[in-house]
Amino acid sequence: MFSYYLELALRSLRRNKVLTGLMVVAIALGIGACMTTLTVLHVLSGDPIPAKSARLFYPQLDPQDMDGYREGEEPPEQVTWIDGMNLLKAKRARHQALMTGGAVPVQPAQANVDPFFSDSRYTTADFFGMFDAPFLYGQGWGEADDDSKARVVVITRKLNEKLFGGKDSRGEVVRLKDTPFRVVGVLDDWRPNPHFYDLNVGNYTESEEVFVPLSTSRDLTLPRNGSTDCWGRGGGNDGDHMENATCVWMQFWIELESPADAAAYKAFLENYSREQKTLGRFQRPVNVRLRNVTEWLDQEKVVPNDVRLQSWLAVGFLLVCLVNTVGLMLAKFLRRAGELGVRRALGASKREIFKQLLTEAGVVGLAGGVCGLLLAFLGLWLVRQQPADYASLARLDLAMLGATFVLAVGSSVAAGLLPAWRACQVAPALQLKSQ
Amino acid sequence: MEIKPILTALRRHKAGTVLIAMQIALTLAIVCNALFIIQQRVSHLSEPTGIDENDIYVVNNEWAGKASTAQLDASTRADLAALRQLPGVQDATPSNSYPLRGGGWDDGIRLRPDQTADVTGSTIYFGDDHFVDTLGLRLVAGRNFRADEIGSMEVRERLGAPQVLVTRALADKLFPGESALGKSIYIAGNQTTIVGVVELLQAQSVARWASKFAYRAVILPKRLISAGGGFYIVRAKPGQLEAAMRATPEALNRINPRRVLDEHDGVLSFAEVRARAYEGDRGMAVLMGVISLVLLAITAAGIVGLTSFWVGQRRRQIGVRRALGATRQDILQYFMTENLLISCGGVGLGVVLAIAMNLWLVTRFEMHRLSMDYVLSGVLLLLLLGQGAVLAPAIRASKVSPVEATRSV
Repeated sequence: MFSYYLELALRSLRRNKVLTGLMVVAIALGIGACMTTLTVLHVLSGDPIPAKSARLFYPQLDPQDMDGYREGEEPPEQVTWIDGMNLLKAKRARHQALMTGGAVPVQPAQANVDPFFSDSRYTTADFFGMFDAPFLYGQGWGEADDDSKARVVVITRKLNEKLFGGKDSRGEVVRLKDTPFRVVGVLDDWRPNPHFYDLNVGNYTESEEVFVPLSTSRDLTLPRNGSTDCWGRGGGNDGDHMENATCVWMQFWIELESPADAAAYKAFLENYSREQKTLGRFQRPVNVRLRNVTEWLDQEKVVPNDVRLQSWLAVGFLLVCLVNTVGLMLAKFLRRAGELGVRRALGASKREIFKQLLTEAGVVGLAGGVCGLLLAFLGLWLVRQQPADYASLARLDLAMLGATFVLAVGSSVAAGLLPAWRACQVAPALQLKSQ
Repeated sequence: MEIKPILTALRRHKAGTVLIAMQIALTLAIVCNALFIIQQRVSHLSEPTGIDENDIYVVNNEWAGKASTAQLDASTRADLAALRQLPGVQDATPSNSYPLRGGGWDDGIRLRPDQTADVTGSTIYFGDDHFVDTLGLRLVAGRNFRADEIGSMEVRERLGAPQVLVTRALADKLFPGESALGKSIYIAGNQTTIVGVVELLQAQSVARWASKFAYRAVILPKRLISAGGGFYIVRAKPGQLEAAMRATPEALNRINPRRVLDEHDGVLSFAEVRARAYEGDRGMAVLMGVISLVLLAITAAGIVGLTSFWVGQRRRQIGVRRALGATRQDILQYFMTENLLISCGGVGLGVVLAIAMNLWLVTRFEMHRLSMDYVLSGVLLLLLLGQGAVLAPAIRASKVSPVEATRSV
């Protein structure tokens, strides 16, 4: 029976090409716009590290003085060197890493390659294990290298190809800002999205290309990128010593055994704050936060508002397109009251008529879905041409592909429900009489 | 025109009537808000920077290799001398930032050292005695920096200088109704004296975080020395912008090759800076425009489709009316009025929806309140659209001949 209905549907759709075309175009436009914006939203609000996002936490403290204090405010988004180091040394979590971002001049050995700047991350040893960074060759450095301010570096696959033609470059030397560094590891392709561990350098920025021990970067005062918020004496007059500055400029991340350990760690942070207050370093009332990756991304509102707005708009757009399709289908089905009356008179039940009309609606939806998918590809291509740092991420994955079809067929069948039901109500005798 | 028979007829087409009205309502709600967003973005685009954008370009100089602060300062001065001697260049200044850059230094301003809260935030610009002329700023009071007042400052030193220039917006905020010249202000706890006031200079960013101090800026007479590098703002002679930009990398590398000028961002014309700063806003405005147009087109097509169907369905009735003496004009008017009635219903609902949608956007996306002008123009637009769309089917209806009344009976 279904194949017969399908044939009827195709015949009926062919009979009135303009109306059919209008319905298909309306659905296609609605689906195309919706899928484009929803895909962007889906990509941008993804979990950067699904295996661990519930166990990785970002502790925040409030080390500021009373100047400008207002109750109930959020503590600063980063930590000072002193607090970062204290928490790191306390080792209360399974893994912990203190880090900041920067950019270093890379001076290739080849004479024909000009020096260039690469984004860099200065971090303590646990970074790689904690964030599951995949290694192509070698591994990260150890705690001993942190302590000895070792001149070691981890580079990415891309930089390895540029500098060493992609070979296993362990043991090779890279010159960074006039200092030779020994390569200990090469990272495979890795781009957590959003760039959750340091949002100051860009919410969806690519991963850094150069990783250097934090202690080494301070020893050589490698250039820093990111945000620095100071109070009181701020950076002070003592030049290079950001270590003593009353400024927050570092990110501190921890990995706990299980999410349930968070309460204990939070209690530790509160204790630490009280202790620092007794020592006179902290002045404000104890104000700590301990958010996991997902909560931290929500708190920082990483997904751009414009992207959310566009998604809502596209949903509204699809709604108008659907209402439009309902109207057109209603017109189409009711116009065929005569034909349907004959079928009813020949013994087709209301149910069968309903099925036949819904098949027709489904065909329109399928055609609209296919066209909409093509439009979505076009739309995403347009998004990728944009200069925003998330542009290159805008690609349709399998899940969204499936969602497109479900959305297209589902919504057009839903749009067909009312017209089909109305058409079923036609009294066959009345129609036959007026023929 | 009698409205009552039309209403009676519509009651027999409830589903279709409601659908058209709903479509009009939704379209009105979305289009009103989209137009409003476009207007907001476009007015954002046209905010002035206060500088002579046509002839200005920016050099982003990044030092490679190790050097002491004194060496970097000497290199900076040598660079500036070289830039000013380029044939196409009129003037140049070092700076830490420039309007529309997207980020930079801001700090709180206080009027007394013992104040516990800032009077206002302010953009912090650094420049030498060429800053005002290079950017084409207009001094409205006081004087420019003198050459002997310019010093250098390492990026980690505490912010301060004996003299500063301020923008008029900052001066008015700090000293409303009086002259700011010679007055003391405190930046990062350091006392400084205002020696001049410039008319207009925008903050380094047009993002929301900088909107609280959008045109409030302080200019310090310093070359800011950072191991990473900094910016040179250069003003080309009229009509020689491109030539000057082309000559810049070579001229700088000749005196000191230990630097990186990025291929894409190293030398930027201000037109490019402006385009980059606003591309998000422009993209959003274009998108809203396209969506509005497509929505209007779809709604128009829907009206044409449904009315055509009604006309086809009522051919016999139209024939009867014509046979009983109704003119073509009457038939045309019948369908036009019918559409007007449906549109009015849709528009009425649409106004409520538009306002509700705007209120939701205000709470969710920090939008402004929708002005009634937009709602009214949206209403007018949709009524006209409806009348325009119904015209073709209505004319076809008016051409139905009275003979139809007899044919199919």
